[in-house]
Amino acid sequence: MGNIINASLAGVELKTPTILASGFLGVNSGILKRAAECGAGAVTTKSIGFEKRDGHNNPTVFELEAGTGLINAVGLPTPGFRNMEEEWLELKECKVPVIASIFGASVQEFVEVAEFVAGKKPAMIELNISCPNSKSHGQLFGTSKEASFEVTSAVKNVIGKIPLMPKLSPQALNIAEIGKACEEAGADALCAINTLGPGMVINIEARKPVLHYKTGGLSGPAIKPIAVRCVWQLFESVKIPILGLGGITNGRDAVEIIQAGASAVGVGTAIHYNGIEAFGKINSELEDWMQANGFSSIEKLRGIAHD
Amino acid sequence: MIKAPEFAKISRIVPETPTVKTFYLEKELNGIPGQFVMLWLPGVDEKPFSVSQFGKQIAVSIQKKGKFTEKCFELKECDSIGVRGPFGKGFSIAGVKKAIVIGGGCGTAAVAGLPKMLKEQNIKFVSITGARTKEELFSQKNFQNFGELIECTDDGSFGKKGFVTEALKEMLAKEKFDCVMACGPEAMLLNVFKTCEANSTQCQLSLERFMKCGLGVCAQCVIDDQLVCKDGPVFNSEKMRKLSEFGKFARLKSGEKVELKEYYAWRQK
Ligand SMILES: Cc1cc2nc3c(=O)[nH]c(=O)nc-3n(C[C@H](O)[C@H](O)[C@H](O)COP(=O)(O)O)c2cc1C
Ligand code: FES
Repeated sequence: MGNIINASLAGVELKTPTILASGFLGVNSGILKRAAECGAGAVTTKSIGFEKRDGHNNPTVFELEAGTGLINAVGLPTPGFRNMEEEWLELKECKVPVIASIFGASVQEFVEVAEFVAGKKPAMIELNISCPNSKSHGQLFGTSKEASFEVTSAVKNVIGKIPLMPKLSPQALNIAEIGKACEEAGADALCAINTLGPGMVINIEARKPVLHYKTGGLSGPAIKPIAVRCVWQLFESVKIPILGLGGITNGRDAVEIIQAGASAVGVGTAIHYNGIEAFGKINSELEDWMQANGFSSIEKLRGIAHD
Repeated sequence: MIKAPEFAKISRIVPETPTVKTFYLEKELNGIPGQFVMLWLPGVDEKPFSVSQFGKQIAVSIQKKGKFTEKCFELKECDSIGVRGPFGKGFSIAGVKKAIVIGGGCGTAAVAGLPKMLKEQNIKFVSITGARTKEELFSQKNFQNFGELIECTDDGSFGKKGFVTEALKEMLAKEKFDCVMACGPEAMLLNVFKTCEANSTQCQLSLERFMKCGLGVCAQCVIDDQLVCKDGPVFNSEKMRKLSEFGKFARLKSGEKVELKEYYAWRQK
């Protein structure tokens, strides 16, 4: 018999429901393996792009006041998909499923990266169509039903049996419609949400925006209510499973987003507050809550907040 | 701890060498030698710097290399600069009874706060600093005011001729020390590490990598499975033994892993 916090996402079996969010730690295989050892049920790579990109100048990330979270405009740095052979090789030894996150500036770029990455046999491919921090990438797709459909179906065509999971933007006017479009295009799961934004912080003494890119995406506890609402709306409109994330920091947060309809839970900014040990903490608090409240599986908890 | 960058007035600028200046900032911050702050110049960039003095004011020594530090050198007393931090793990004095402190080149700044702390804790120590030439040695008072200092220059223009590791080897051959605490160029640190291992002496080394968040979330600064900004920048012997990339590889801004030579060439830009 399995543990009560075993989970499953589009056929991918997870020992724990907590999944490392893209952009956190996922630069090399060493640190991804460490996240797995610390209790992550699966790990996601930093979004991988078509060509080598440096991203923006610093400041790229800093903490907001009083535990609300982080603001970032890292700007999708990537060595480029062809330039990561060593990491792919080493990731084969990772003890938990590895999700490859990819991005592109056009459908053609997404397809080329996806086709190559699929050859490395990741457990899933996550489509980052929702990054708010680059002019030509991401969010353009994630806020349009038609563009989300087009990129999802084009990528689905070239990756064979590997499950495909578009990552959605909280900026979409109607996230349920976007989710539905992705499902119709062949998505196997949905990931929600990417950072909320763009936002801006000005240092009033410097009289300048703090982020070098001036604007950036918000993550962490402040965006949790939006993440919960997005997962709720997606759960009502699609049948495919949902990876819910945005501000999940403790076991109760995880319970909440699972009750909204998530099959698994992404963890990002919590790593800033609690270190890589964030996974173990959320897992054990979630397990304790489920035991205390008589739930024997994540499946039984999922979506129960809906009528 | 400062989360979002705060502006701090520069109260004093002290030229140390032709390429190093120490900036005193009017910002009260407490921390441990080895910890660092992120310094921000609006519209330019933000970079990590070791703090050589904590307290009512903080001191950072900046070596001119690359665009950001050139801009720093244009700053004058009474100008302001953004600060957040301190971040990372500093040097640990737990269980240390007799230490050697080593600073090489601008890495001297990262250990310059140690002598005072060691003296206050009644820990015996000897310091070694090294530079290419006499003009490039700096921060002498931070060491001499609290204990013995041996200075080395590569060209012999002052003090002992040769690398700091030569002085270290001689000392370890004569006497037993229970910890070596060092910061400097990675090639020097690699030699310090090897020397300590050969002499069964513990060490704590302060490493450098390009950083973005400084918070342990982005992994830009990763070496193997360790985050320099969060797990370090100071690593002990036990951790150092597991770092296969130490002395060999580092990551560029794109995240691409390259040999140290290529990394340093890029950092000079
Ligand atoms: C510094 C930083 C970098 C990020 N990079 C990526 C990325 O490359 N790809 C992506 O899909 N999401 C990226 N995200 C978004 C996160 O994966 C996640 O969706 C968001 O932070 C919300 O979750 P959280 O509140 O748990 O952090 C990034 C977020 C942060 C703070
Ligand atoms: S600089 Fe981001 S983790 Fe170290």
